[in-house]
Amino acid sequence: METFHIIVLLLDATFRVATPLVLAALAGMFSERSGVVDIGLEGKMLGAAFAAAAVAALSGSAWVGLGAGIITSIALSMLHAYACVTHKGNQVVSGMAINIVVAGLAPTLGYAWFRMGGQTPPLSGDARFRSLTLPFAETMRDVPIVGYIYAELISGHNIIVYMAAAAVPICAWILYKTRFGLRVRAVGENPHAVDTAGITVDLLRYKALAVTGLLCGIAGSYLSTAHGAGFIRDMTAGKGYLALAALIFGKWRPVPTLFACLLFAFTDAVQARLQGVELPVVGVIPVQFIQALPYILTVLLLAGFVGKANPPKAIGEPYIKER
Amino acid sequence: MMKKFALGLVATAAVALSGLANAADFNPAIVFDMGGKFDKSFNEAAYNGIEKFKKETGIDYMEFEVTQVSQREQATQRMAKKGADIVIAMGFAQAAAVEKAAKANPDTKFTLIDMVVDLPNVQSIVFREEQGSFLVGVAAAMASKSGKVGFIGGMDIPLIRKFALGYKEGVLYANPKAEVIENMTGTTPAAWNDPTKGSELAKSQFDRGADVVFAAAGGTGLGVLQTAADEKKLAIGVDSNQDYLHPGTMLTSMLKRVDVAVYNALMSAKDGTWKPGIQVLGLKEDGVGFSVDEWNKGVLTDDMIAAMEKAKADIIEGKIKVTNYMDQ
Repeated sequence: METFHIIVLLLDATFRVATPLVLAALAGMFSERSGVVDIGLEGKMLGAAFAAAAVAALSGSAWVGLGAGIITSIALSMLHAYACVTHKGNQVVSGMAINIVVAGLAPTLGYAWFRMGGQTPPLSGDARFRSLTLPFAETMRDVPIVGYIYAELISGHNIIVYMAAAAVPICAWILYKTRFGLRVRAVGENPHAVDTAGITVDLLRYKALAVTGLLCGIAGSYLSTAHGAGFIRDMTAGKGYLALAALIFGKWRPVPTLFACLLFAFTDAVQARLQGVELPVVGVIPVQFIQALPYILTVLLLAGFVGKANPPKAIGEPYIKER
Repeated sequence: MMKKFALGLVATAAVALSGLANAADFNPAIVFDMGGKFDKSFNEAAYNGIEKFKKETGIDYMEFEVTQVSQREQATQRMAKKGADIVIAMGFAQAAAVEKAAKANPDTKFTLIDMVVDLPNVQSIVFREEQGSFLVGVAAAMASKSGKVGFIGGMDIPLIRKFALGYKEGVLYANPKAEVIENMTGTTPAAWNDPTKGSELAKSQFDRGADVVFAAAGGTGLGVLQTAADEKKLAIGVDSNQDYLHPGTMLTSMLKRVDVAVYNALMSAKDGTWKPGIQVLGLKEDGVGFSVDEWNKGVLTDDMIAAMEKAKADIIEGKIKVTNYMDQ
């Protein structure tokens, strides 16, 4: 029973940690499947996290904050599109530029507005997304196994966690079952063919990047208004890059990407749990080793099990009509 | 670009100050470390100390907030070059920068907080964190109903291990059967600024049965305290008094009187009584302590306060020996 509880609690933590990764990885999926490399996920998330926390602090509403986070992220995404779709700039450079600009700009604005050293005021009450208790969660709790799983694992998360869970099938449906999705995939593989069919490549890429901005905005807002309570300098702490890795890991497909994100988050949860715990035979494992665990696991899996990842063919290449 | 901007700031500060220099012939400067002067913790305590000095004497100061590892040396050097009489350097990580700047500028006084540099123009101030941590450990053990308490450190460095060990000894002193769950956030400086990770670590400790958690983790600690407030568990703050952040779930804060140390260093430098060498500030010197205020009233009971005061007296008298991690 004890082991069962530990596993449920580990998975519970996994869901919380995986949420921003899943949203950001799906965001990256739209961008990259349309043929635009998006290394700027990190910056967009950070920008959204800052805008969401700042606006939520001023308005007192987490939803208004979320709106501001999404708008900020879409604006950054459009900047990326303007630089590398309209002006055919280098996509990696543009993405990196977004990361650097936001990393500097957010604390600077925060300093100017709130005078708290680049942080936003701590959020409380309605300015944060609180955890929701699903119907019957408390009455179900006493039902063995199923009830506990329902009450502890399924219930008790905030709304964005459920949004992320819903986003996976929705994004998969958009990408594989709608006209827009088909075109996004086509434009990432062979933009010339798409152009020949009478569809504007640039406009389509703009649209895909807008979706990227939307999802990234939700991911960033989650960090500062749901999981955390306020913005702190560099609070994304590499999650954008991790999401990008998960996307490649998942071969640019929604469901495998989801599992890659869950795996990263799970190792993170295990890592918190294993620190300082005396294990049979080996004894206490050093902190450094445990913290390297997610990366070691990633390398092993990438090298041994995942197989060849085929990126979209036209990725990284700006589309020029006549060549 | 950031660097240029930062240099610009230093230059502006220096220009703004050169006008003042004529009015007062004393030029103090301070270099805050990563985390920034409003970290609600270590650096903010120093900020409060130097602000108090400014208010009382009317003497303005030069300041710099280090945001990148590479800026430390540059910032300290610059302050000395710009004619600062005394440069206060915050944090263990600035030791190398101070050593270099102190050798290059033998006429400038340097006060280094949290680390020792042995030079004729450097004053090193270190704290007996283990003693203060011992006391909050006593309170944690008494407040815990489950007999399990948690510790969350920032970056895994000896200084934070010192907090952890003192805390553990305090917990076991008050309740020999208690269990301490220890977590470090990371092994890089990013571990000072990761509140969501702090929050996850706190949640995992609460899940394992802990009901009091002590965070010695800078900005990461804010996530720990927030989670404790969300889950209605108790938390202990660090360095500055953090009780006001979440009244009702803050048991106490382990105070490190960085503000007093900074203020005293500045005052003595102004009076001409400043001395180089090592100062060790423990319970006896009131360099460390715990907070009792309107925010943790009722949470920190009279029994706990009495037990902490008794332990404090015993430590000062030498009846209780608290192990210093660094001496092991």
